[in-house]
Amino acid sequence: MNSSQINKIKNLGFKSFAIVCTFLGLVVLAVLLYVVFSQGLSRIDWDFITSLPSRRASSAGIYTALFGMVWILVLTVIIAFPIGMAAGIYLQEYGKKNWFTNFIEVNIANLAGVPSIIYGILGLELFGRVLGLGNSILTGALTLSLLILPIIIVSTREAIKAVPKSLREASYGLGATKWQTISNVVLPSAFGGIMTGLILAISRAIGETAPLIVIGALVYVPFVPEGPMDEFTVLTIQIFNWVTRPQAGFVTNAAAAIIILLMFTFMMNGIAVLIRSRYNKKTKF
Amino acid sequence: MKKLILMLNILIVLAACGGKNNKTTSGGESGEVKIDGSSTVYPLSEAVAEEFRNEAPDVRVTVGESGTGGGFKKFSRGEIDINDASRPISSEEVEAMKQSGIDFIELPVAYDGLAVVVNKENDFVDYLTVEELKKLWEPAAQGKIKTWNQVRASFPNQPINLYGAGTASGTYDYFTEAIVGKAKSSRGDYNASEDDNVLVKGVSSDKNALGYFGLAYYQNNADKLKLIPIDDKDDSNGKGPILPTIETVSNGTYQPLARPEFIYVNAKSADRPAVKSFVEFYLKNAGELAKEVGSVALPAEVYELALKKFQNKKTGTVFGSGQNTVGVNMADLLKAEK
Repeated sequence: MNSSQINKIKNLGFKSFAIVCTFLGLVVLAVLLYVVFSQGLSRIDWDFITSLPSRRASSAGIYTALFGMVWILVLTVIIAFPIGMAAGIYLQEYGKKNWFTNFIEVNIANLAGVPSIIYGILGLELFGRVLGLGNSILTGALTLSLLILPIIIVSTREAIKAVPKSLREASYGLGATKWQTISNVVLPSAFGGIMTGLILAISRAIGETAPLIVIGALVYVPFVPEGPMDEFTVLTIQIFNWVTRPQAGFVTNAAAAIIILLMFTFMMNGIAVLIRSRYNKKTKF
Repeated sequence: MKKLILMLNILIVLAACGGKNNKTTSGGESGEVKIDGSSTVYPLSEAVAEEFRNEAPDVRVTVGESGTGGGFKKFSRGEIDINDASRPISSEEVEAMKQSGIDFIELPVAYDGLAVVVNKENDFVDYLTVEELKKLWEPAAQGKIKTWNQVRASFPNQPINLYGAGTASGTYDYFTEAIVGKAKSSRGDYNASEDDNVLVKGVSSDKNALGYFGLAYYQNNADKLKLIPIDDKDDSNGKGPILPTIETVSNGTYQPLARPEFIYVNAKSADRPAVKSFVEFYLKNAGELAKEVGSVALPAEVYELALKKFQNKKTGTVFGSGQNTVGVNMADLLKAEK
């Protein structure tokens, strides 16, 4: 066997290894989907979505948890999106390259790596107790906003970075100011990327349970929140509670709720893909 | 870009609407009952809250599960009206209540039994004594007691695999206190989980297993597990090994692995009509609902005594100076208080 044959075998070996790695994640997802769907799919009906929590697994529903989650998400977007985008624009467009912006950059990267439960403790103390917002939706949304801010900032910067220099220079060449350039040229071109980042950040926020439990989100809430100061529960907490109950019926409920949550996440990711492809078609560099 | 600005405007308007909303909702205090605390008591409080919805649909009852200790912290800050507790208030917690000027009314609402179980295929364990369980679970057993015949000489020489509650769980505190004699004192080399369903799976699939968890988890998986009668060698509360059932837990013969569950009511909150009628409803219906959620009802007499205690607004705890709940008779305690 000469060296070229050995190299070919090595190549084949690595190729199969890479294929196995690629499918590993997919297999896990497939198993998860199979288990959850086989257990929970038959439980999902209109009653399950519109019923209040109950001690009887068969009549318990996710109505208030679903609405709590939507409230949290909407508020989180309202809070985190403008702040995150503005911070991203500043760092990428206005911020000069010096030790201070470097320092900020490093720390934003650090923030992205902080475990979510730490944000929960921060949220409990800062928003819940010092600012006196209690265990309200607003506290939850502010806490989750902190959690996803780094993601939004980083993705905004990446999206802006991808806008070619020639476009900016053309705008300056026509006598536009920096703000005119950013608002008329840079942001429209980068918008697809920014939105994708935002939606992926929201998908992450949907799945969070730990910080919300820490700030004191409840489990049994028999009413739909009417304002940001109301108490709330979310789908993930409801699932967490159901899987630890002794009656088998609650495990089925949990599986059904997981399907709803997965559908939400898939939908979000789908929208992100859609926006990206639409804006990619619209802006041609 | 214009689209973006428009979107931001809409969001800001939405946020402003929300702001107005909160003023209108945070006003009517009288119609709220806030409950938090133990996850063991949670199903019962949830059931009562659910039934109370028919009684008083306008009262907003919410229930959380921050754990007994977490709940007492909130309780001492005056953030909640009622704390669910799977153990009596500790002396440190009593101190914290004093410092923040919060008076509380302590009310027993149900019993919770701990089941000791082995795998269905295990045919040699007929019963266990508290002494044997202690030998098996005490810290000194770590790495030493590894086979069944070390627990009792007549058992076969087979390895023994242990499954028990995780250290953050109230079940762990109670089991160690009742069996080893000191709370939080246990061997560490066993399969631990805070989720009892995980323990059920473990014991039902391991033929050398022995585990303990809440009685409700046994009742819902009785076909997969073998329940072990426990002998506490104290003939005054029933002779010989006793199997945990609703009856033996309730009448106090299944000892020492039966514990009372409590609710602690903020005395100031108890003056509010919503809280008052909710707690009265709780004590009148807990016995019936306990059966449904897998807890064990207290004797009817105890609920009556507790209701009287609540109506007389008798504050404080009967478990002063760190007394534990192992083997107590709730009726005697409540009577002694008067």
